[in-house]
Amino acid sequence: MRDAFIRTLTDLAPQHPELLLLTGDLGFKVLDQYIARFPRQFLNVGVAEQNMSGLAAGLALEGHTVFTYSIGNFPTLRCLEQIRNDICYHGANVKIVCIGGGMSYGAVGFSHHATEDLAILRSLPGMLVFSPCDLWEAAEAARYLVSHRGPAYLRLDKSAAPVNVEPGEAFRPGSIRTVREGSDVTLAATGGILGEALLAADALAEQGIFCRVLSVHTVKPLDTDTLAAAASETGGIISIEEHAVDGGLGGAISEALMEAGVFPGFFVRMGLRNTFSSAVGSQQYLRKVYSLDAAAIARTVSARLARGADRFLTVAAR
Amino acid sequence: MRKTKDLAQLQAIARGVRRHIVEMTGAAKSGHPGGSLSAVETLVTLYFDVMNHDPANPRWADRDRFILSKGHAAPVLYAVMAECGYADTPVDQLNTLRKLGSVYQGHPDRRFIPSLEASTGSLGQGLSVAIGMGLAARLDGKAWRTYVVLGDGEIQEGQIWEAAMFGAFHKVDNVVAIVDYNRIQLDGFVKDIMELEPLADKWRAFGWQVVEPDGHDIASLQKAFAEAAATKGKPTVLIAHTIKGKGVSFMENNPKFHGVAPTPAEVEQALKELA
Ligand SMILES: Cc1ncc(C[n+]2csc(CCOP(=O)(O)OP(=O)(O)O)c2C)c(N)n1
Ligand SMILES: [Mg+2]
Repeated sequence: MRDAFIRTLTDLAPQHPELLLLTGDLGFKVLDQYIARFPRQFLNVGVAEQNMSGLAAGLALEGHTVFTYSIGNFPTLRCLEQIRNDICYHGANVKIVCIGGGMSYGAVGFSHHATEDLAILRSLPGMLVFSPCDLWEAAEAARYLVSHRGPAYLRLDKSAAPVNVEPGEAFRPGSIRTVREGSDVTLAATGGILGEALLAADALAEQGIFCRVLSVHTVKPLDTDTLAAAASETGGIISIEEHAVDGGLGGAISEALMEAGVFPGFFVRMGLRNTFSSAVGSQQYLRKVYSLDAAAIARTVSARLARGADRFLTVAAR
Repeated sequence: MRKTKDLAQLQAIARGVRRHIVEMTGAAKSGHPGGSLSAVETLVTLYFDVMNHDPANPRWADRDRFILSKGHAAPVLYAVMAECGYADTPVDQLNTLRKLGSVYQGHPDRRFIPSLEASTGSLGQGLSVAIGMGLAARLDGKAWRTYVVLGDGEIQEGQIWEAAMFGAFHKVDNVVAIVDYNRIQLDGFVKDIMELEPLADKWRAFGWQVVEPDGHDIASLQKAFAEAAATKGKPTVLIAHTIKGKGVSFMENNPKFHGVAPTPAEVEQALKELA
């Protein structure tokens, strides 16, 4: 996703001389081509994210479109107050890019995992929150953000879900993308972990259980209509995120549906439950440890459908 | 904006601004008189002599930018802008400070006063924003300059030193920082809480041009700003030696008046002293 993002920026930089990319010493050589072509549109500000965010606000208030780019929590939690006051309060045209969403950085450890960022960033007034599931969404979100004016957060994952892009498919910011139709259960995922939802859906299909799979690439604003339709058209909703269940995608969906007065048959939030992702291992391994892989998703679906059947039986017996 | 270098005139404006500060905080029964009074000459010199700006056209593209990073000193900024004649800072409403419906928030707020460059209040953040603006001016080939006022307690924030390092390394010489060195912070004297000395050496070590004016002597400030303007290849910091609560005998150098408003009797006495 990172490379898709940088490619998009590199494509668009010539038509957008106001575009500036700032990094806090985390270019990791992948920015080299961009830097070589657009030296005047790049700045490595050193390991100083609070200053980076303040600089970005100042530059944006004077007409520049500024991307701040770093990994994990460094461009967000480290400089949250600068984002809140200097960027959001001023409606400054700053796009915050985190590479390494969720547990992307695997064995690098919990300090490099971004697992509360969605909850925190989406609570900021005026902030848009994007969390693409595949390379296409990542590139399209980046393209959208270059022209959009105002604060936004783009969370990029190391993993990417294998989703087919339909010919002529348009990226619709603020809308949920239905990547698979189904009416038994809805799997609503954000980020690369949507790939696990697809694998689970494949396995369940063999048992005759058909999942609707939604990519919630825009966590804020949230597409309540598509969720409400899923709540009434499918048996229940399971939210899936590489993130704390508190306040993240699951939180956002439950808030939206409760307020809309739409209640799914059942609702499960899959994510980290009051825990740090401190086990040692790859992103894939960590998903397994924290019960977020395809097998865990399939188990959750089966268990909930079974429970639903039980409840039906008890009600019928009465 | 018609500028003036005339000392008597600038001093008279400063006296009027001090009276506003006392009256505003007195009427509000809250606010920060001490750090507002210590910065009076700095802001008066900037707004009436040094900065290019046009109160009738607050978004004039070539204006110099000003950020009050120590946002709690809002009363001095409001009073100075009001005296300049900005339409969104009416003089006759200064005494509505902190009251329901007032544009005069406890801290400078651009949503109420669009002529402001930035809303501030959380200490330590303004220098980065100012340097961002300075960078923008340089990238866009503009001659305008950016001024930012910091508190001495404020510069205990780590972000200030991130910004200081950045500003010098990138030679952002169109930014001038002013430290209101009144040696008092919220809970007491800086030397007792977390000493900053040797302060000038610190800024020099970070690569800044350092000037140390007497922050209550307008001629000394004028000279310092002129030196800043002449300094190329690095940013300048004015370490303005000031007295917290300056101009009101019982507030001077008194930590109590950091964030406590004068009583009606105190207002009366203060206005007598400032007559
Ligand atoms: C980040 C942050 N921490 C704490 C405060 C509360 N606060 C307001 S003023 C102040 C003391 C500031 O002292 P100084 O910078 O010396 O201000 P001055 O003496 O010029 O009034 C404090 C701690 C704040 N506004 N922002
Ligand atoms: Mg002080």
